[in-house]
Amino acid sequence: MTAKVTAEDVDRVAELANLKLAPEETPAMLRDLNAILDYVAELNELDTTGVVPMAQVSELTNAAGENVLRADQVRPSLDRATVFSQTPVTDQVFFKVPKVIER
Amino acid sequence: MSKLSKLPSEVKATASFVQQPRTFAALRADLAAGRTRATDLAAGYYDRIAQLNPTLNVYLSLTRERAMQQAARIDALAAQGDPLPPLAGIPIGIKDVLVMQGAPATAGSKILAGYRPPYDATAVARLEAAGAVLLGKLNCDEFAMGGSNENSAYGPVRNPVDTERVPGGSSGGSAAAVAANMAVATLGTDTGGSIRQPASFCGVVGVLPTYGRVSRYGLIAFASSLDRVGPLAANVRDAATLLSVIAGHDLQDATSNPAPVPDFAAESDKGAEGLRIGVPAEYFGEGLDPEVRAAVEKGIDALKAAGCTIKPVSLPTTKYAIPAYYLVATAEASANLARFDGVRYGHRSAGSDTLAGMYSHSRDEGFGAEVKRRILLGTYALSAGYYDAYYLKAQQVRRLLAEEFLRAFNDVDAIVTPTSPVPAFKIGEKSGDPIAMYLADIYTVTASLAGICGVNVPCGATGAGLPVGMQILAAHLDESTAFRVARAVEAAQ
Repeated sequence: MTAKVTAEDVDRVAELANLKLAPEETPAMLRDLNAILDYVAELNELDTTGVVPMAQVSELTNAAGENVLRADQVRPSLDRATVFSQTPVTDQVFFKVPKVIER
Repeated sequence: MSKLSKLPSEVKATASFVQQPRTFAALRADLAAGRTRATDLAAGYYDRIAQLNPTLNVYLSLTRERAMQQAARIDALAAQGDPLPPLAGIPIGIKDVLVMQGAPATAGSKILAGYRPPYDATAVARLEAAGAVLLGKLNCDEFAMGGSNENSAYGPVRNPVDTERVPGGSSGGSAAAVAANMAVATLGTDTGGSIRQPASFCGVVGVLPTYGRVSRYGLIAFASSLDRVGPLAANVRDAATLLSVIAGHDLQDATSNPAPVPDFAAESDKGAEGLRIGVPAEYFGEGLDPEVRAAVEKGIDALKAAGCTIKPVSLPTTKYAIPAYYLVATAEASANLARFDGVRYGHRSAGSDTLAGMYSHSRDEGFGAEVKRRILLGTYALSAGYYDAYYLKAQQVRRLLAEEFLRAFNDVDAIVTPTSPVPAFKIGEKSGDPIAMYLADIYTVTASLAGICGVNVPCGATGAGLPVGMQILAAHLDESTAFRVARAVEAAQ
């Protein structure tokens, strides 16, 4: 957990996140990420063997231990014209984007 | 307000306006008796906003047409002598991460410039249904990521108490608007302290409701397991009134809690006598400003005088809360912010003719540095080979923290701490150092991770006149107790 992040790691993670960093942005991000990761390494001091990870807290709010999530049912939502009113490029049926595959 | 001498000259110039009654009860009585009209009140607030906003940069956009229509409806009801809804005519500002149909919603980011969402957030719709007049959208850190409001793409908000200082963040506009009386009350959002900390920096009341208490529908997501919508107001009772209006089950948010919603204002009237108050040593250690400590200790004395029992409690996992929080929050943010890709709404870069290039160029042009930093950290923490060491570990620590609070609430009814280790700092003071900025959240992220509720209530000021806030934490769904304690601290001011 004390792995040092390299410039290549930053580029790889940026690519995973669909972020294009300018060359001048990379050194600062590299420095900050290493500083933050060094800092969060404090968590290693804590023994968490056997502790069940907590992804969300709603489990705590129902004393009966029941699932408090709603039923997964299809219900009406915004109509297409309303949604497309905010779309940069559309033919009113699809969102239009640049070509996906280069030939 | 008593702080008037500290306010900049533009604020002093409108002193008579500041001194108008601004509790919900007083405004309501004036409206019902015909002494005030909702349209005049709203127009007065718009004048004040026009006067102060160039200095304070609190509002990003105004929703004047919608506000004046609503105010006219309230005036018509009052003129006919019809019963007025609970928030009739109350001018309220909305943090710009909550959507209002047809109004700009930027989340403080360039990537959403020009976006006009086609629907209302549930909390917004409930306020309006209760008669509130919604003035406009309030400045905040980009995607609510920050503790100073300096990460807004639209410039920092200035603290009305001292315009050289930050108002806190991320709900900096929401807190400053209440402090400068540019709204009677506001909505903010809190992921790691973003309502409580700015409320403390600006000297107003801010509420972190229990996770799931207020619907997140229409909230532009930062970290979904942590994000909460909550009210800010000039006094505890009005904040409690607002929470009762916006809280309650909502099918549009799958994590919304179905528990019944009490009349929190009435609950807050019950007094604090007999309540057991826990004081955790972990929140009074190294790094706590001595003037902040003194003010909070005076607040604790006031609770003793009000008939509370003060007991030490131990929360030893506290020191791991900031690292756990920043891993959980950034991991969730990296997933949530993947939706901003230039396809469906918001900014699309013209600089690329391939899909992958359009995604990355749109995101590069649209996001600011702190948002990129957090997306990168979150993506790294979730990436192959690091998931267990970072994300899973943080989730385990989250459970330890949550269980520690549960145990503490077996022995005490509420826990009191400073809201922030320091009072409002100067603009630019911490902006070059992300870790220093993250540490400003040290007392607030614990309740965020545990899902419990809390209130910031002003409990004094430093020698220089900067407000100090006390954080009052209570168990899941027990906002009533937090409000009772907050009322007792408020009464002693």
